Amino acid sequence: MKLPSLGLACLLALSARADDWTQFRGPAGNGIATGPKLPTKLDTRSVTWAVDLPGRGLSSPVIIGDRVFVTASSGARQDRLHVLCFNLADGSLRWERQFWATGRTMTHEKISAATPSPASDGRRIFAIFSSNDCAALDLDGDLLWYRGLGRDYPNASNSLGMSSSLVVADGVLVAQVENDSESFTAGLDAATGLNRWKIDRPKKANWTSPSLLKGADGKTLVALQSSKGVTVVEPATGKTVWSYDDGASTVPSTTVSEGKLYVPSQGLTVLEPAAPGQPPKQLWRSSQMRPGTSSPLVLGDRVFTMNDGGILSCADAADGKRLWQLRLKGPFSATPVSAGGFLYCVNEKGLVQVVDPSKPDGVVVSELDLAQAVIGTPSIAAGSLFVRSDGKLWRIGRDSAL
Amino acid sequence: MMAHRPLHALCLASALSLASASAATPAPLAGALRELRDVAAEGKGNIPASAAWKHVAAADAKAVPAILAAMDGANDYALNWLRAAAETVAQREAAAGRALPVAELRKFLADVKHHPKARRFAYELIARAEPATARALLPGFVNDPGNELRREAVQGLVDAAAKNVATDKAAAVAGFRSALGYSREADQVDDIAKRLTDLGEKVDLQAAFGWVTRWKLIGPFDNTGGAGFEKAFAPERSVDLAAETDGKTAKVRWVDLVTKSDYGFVDFNQPFKELKEVTGYAYAEFWSDKARTAQVRIGTDNGWKLWVNGKFLFGREEYHRNTEVDQYRVPVELKAGSNTFLVKCTQNEQVEDWTKTWQFQLRVTDDLGTPIVSAK
Repeated sequence: MKLPSLGLACLLALSARADDWTQFRGPAGNGIATGPKLPTKLDTRSVTWAVDLPGRGLSSPVIIGDRVFVTASSGARQDRLHVLCFNLADGSLRWERQFWATGRTMTHEKISAATPSPASDGRRIFAIFSSNDCAALDLDGDLLWYRGLGRDYPNASNSLGMSSSLVVADGVLVAQVENDSESFTAGLDAATGLNRWKIDRPKKANWTSPSLLKGADGKTLVALQSSKGVTVVEPATGKTVWSYDDGASTVPSTTVSEGKLYVPSQGLTVLEPAAPGQPPKQLWRSSQMRPGTSSPLVLGDRVFTMNDGGILSCADAADGKRLWQLRLKGPFSATPVSAGGFLYCVNEKGLVQVVDPSKPDGVVVSELDLAQAVIGTPSIAAGSLFVRSDGKLWRIGRDSAL
Repeated sequence: MMAHRPLHALCLASALSLASASAATPAPLAGALRELRDVAAEGKGNIPASAAWKHVAAADAKAVPAILAAMDGANDYALNWLRAAAETVAQREAAAGRALPVAELRKFLADVKHHPKARRFAYELIARAEPATARALLPGFVNDPGNELRREAVQGLVDAAAKNVATDKAAAVAGFRSALGYSREADQVDDIAKRLTDLGEKVDLQAAFGWVTRWKLIGPFDNTGGAGFEKAFAPERSVDLAAETDGKTAKVRWVDLVTKSDYGFVDFNQPFKELKEVTGYAYAEFWSDKARTAQVRIGTDNGWKLWVNGKFLFGREEYHRNTEVDQYRVPVELKAGSNTFLVKCTQNEQVEDWTKTWQFQLRVTDDLGTPIVSAK
C-alpha cells in the first residue's frame, strides 16, 4: 500500500463514524440519529446496563466507537471534575481522569459543574465544565492539553452556572463563555488549546450552545445565539458571516435543519441564510411554538417544541402552522432526540416517553421509568439510548417485545 | 474567582520543590515534570507539556510520589497536568496488578509541607490500595491544613455525634461543638450549627463565620441604566467620613451600620430604603496584628467592587443571579495595624420581589477559611 493511501486510511479510521454521537444533540446538532434502529417498546427489560457515576452532571454522553464518554463533578463545592470512559458493550469503566476546577463552580442547585456537554472529533474528547475548565484527552485518556478559561479570565463566570456545550469544526473548538460580566466566545486550537480567536459577546447570562451549519460555499459555520439574536461566524477565524438581531432566548438553542435555522426567538423564528454579509430571510415566526428549556427538534417536514410542563407541540416546518399538541408527563428540561422516526423524551423525573409522531396528534407508544431526576439531554448510538442522571448512566437498547 | 498564592511565595516554593524533585527523581522525569510545571495562563506551555505529559504518564508506580511532590508550589493549571499523569500511572499499575508504594505515599501524606491537593490525592491512592489504612488515618486530619482531608475528618466527628443525639445529648452537643471548632467550610459550619440549634443550643454564627460587622455606609448614588458601576463617585476618589457629597437626588453623608445578621449582611436597604438603580458604598477599618496574606471573602447578588487600603482588587457586574457565603475569594495582603475596606455595591433596575436585595457580606480568612477578626 502506498504511504499516502495508508495515511488517508488512518485518518478515516480515526475520524468520527456516522453512528458516533459526538456532541450535544449528536453529530449534526439536530438530535437525530441516523444509525441502527432503536427499540420503541421500552420497559425495565430494555436496560442493557446501568452504572453508577462518581458525581453529578447534566452533560450528554458522547459515544465514539466502542466507548462512552461522560463528564461529572463531585465534592462539596463541585470542584472535582471527572471525565469518564466506559465500554459500550457492558458499561465497565475503561478509564477516569479527574481535575481540580480552576474557575468558579457555584451553580443553581438544579444543575452542577458538569452541565455543558463534551464534544469529540472522533480522535479526541474535549470536556468543558461550568467553571470553564476545558480538557482535551485522546480516546485512551491521555491528556493533550488543559485550559482554565475561568482562571485566565476571572470574571468569566455565572453564579447560576454555565451550560454552553462545545462544538468542534475545522480544527477549532468553539466555547461560548457568555455571562453578565466578562462575556466572550473563544475558538481554541483543537490540537493545542491555544486561543485561535476570542471575540467579545453580549454581557448577558447565556446558557445556549453553539450550532453548526453549512455556508453557501459548503464550509462549516457556527451559529452563536444570545439575548441579542444569532451571530454566525467562521470557526477558523471567529469572523462574523451574518447576523440576526431581533433577540433570542438564552436557554433553548437554535436547531439547524436542511440549511434553515430554527431559532428560539419571539417564540420560534425560522431563518434562511442569504448571501454572506446579508441578513437572513425570515421564513416564518410562531409564538405558539415557543420552546421551554428544551431546544427545538426538526424531523422531516415537522418541527417539534416542548414547554417546561411537558406539552409537545408539532408544527408544519414549511409555514409554522401548529398541527397538534400532546401532553406528556412533565416537567421537562431535556431536549427530545429522535431515531427511526420516533421521539425519545425524558422528563425531569426520569420517565422516558417514546412518541410516535406519525400518528394523528402523536401517540406515546411506551414508557420506561428510570426513577431518578434527569435534566440532561440523552444521546443515541449503536441502536441504544444513553441517559444520565446525577448518579447513573443507562444504556437502553433492548426492545421489550423482542 | 479563586485565590492565588502570592507570587514571591510561589516562586520560592517552586524552586525548593524542583530542587528536591530533581534530587530524588531520574533526570528525564525531572525535566518532564518541569515542563508540566511551566504551563501558565492562556495555554502557555501547553505544547511542550503535551509531549512531557506522555513521558511522565509512562512512569511506573514508584514515580507517583515524585509526581505528587512536583505539585508543591505549582500553579493551578500545572496541578491538573500532574494529577492526570499520576492518575494514569496509578490506574495502569492497578490494572496490571502492580502495587502502589503505599509506605511512600503515607510518608508523603504525613508531611504537611506538601501541597494540600497532592496530599489529598495521596490519601485517595492509599484508600484504593488499602481502604482500612485510609479509614484509620482519617480522624487524624481534623486539624489538617488541607480542606478536603479536613472536611472529611470533621464530617466523621459530625456523624459520630449524630449517633448520640437520641441517647446522649451531652455527648452529641460536645461532638458537634468540637466539629464546629475544626470546620472551615461554610456549608459544613452551617450544617453543624443547625444540628446544635435543633438540640436547643445557642450558636454564635457571627463569631463562627467571623463577619466584619461595623461599617460606615453612604448613598444612594446613581446607577441608572447600570452606568454607576463604572462611574467613580466621590468615595472612590477619597474617603472623608465627615464630608457631605452629591448623591443621586440629594446631598448624602456617611451613616453607621452595625449588622446583627447571623450571615453578616450589610443591608443598604436599611438606611436608604428599597431603591432601584442606585449605588452605595461601605467602608470599614480592619486591624491586623501583623502583616499577612489573607483572603477577603464576599457574598452578594449585586454588582460590587472592592478596594483594600485604597487599592482596587476586584469587581463584578452581575445582578440577582445567586449568592452564597464565600461566593468570591479575593487574595489580599494586610498591613500590620489599620487596613481599610471600601465596598461598592450597585443595585439594578429589576422590579421582581427577589431583586430587592441590595447587600453584601464580607469576612477575612486565611487560605483554609479560618476567620481572621479585626484586632480592634
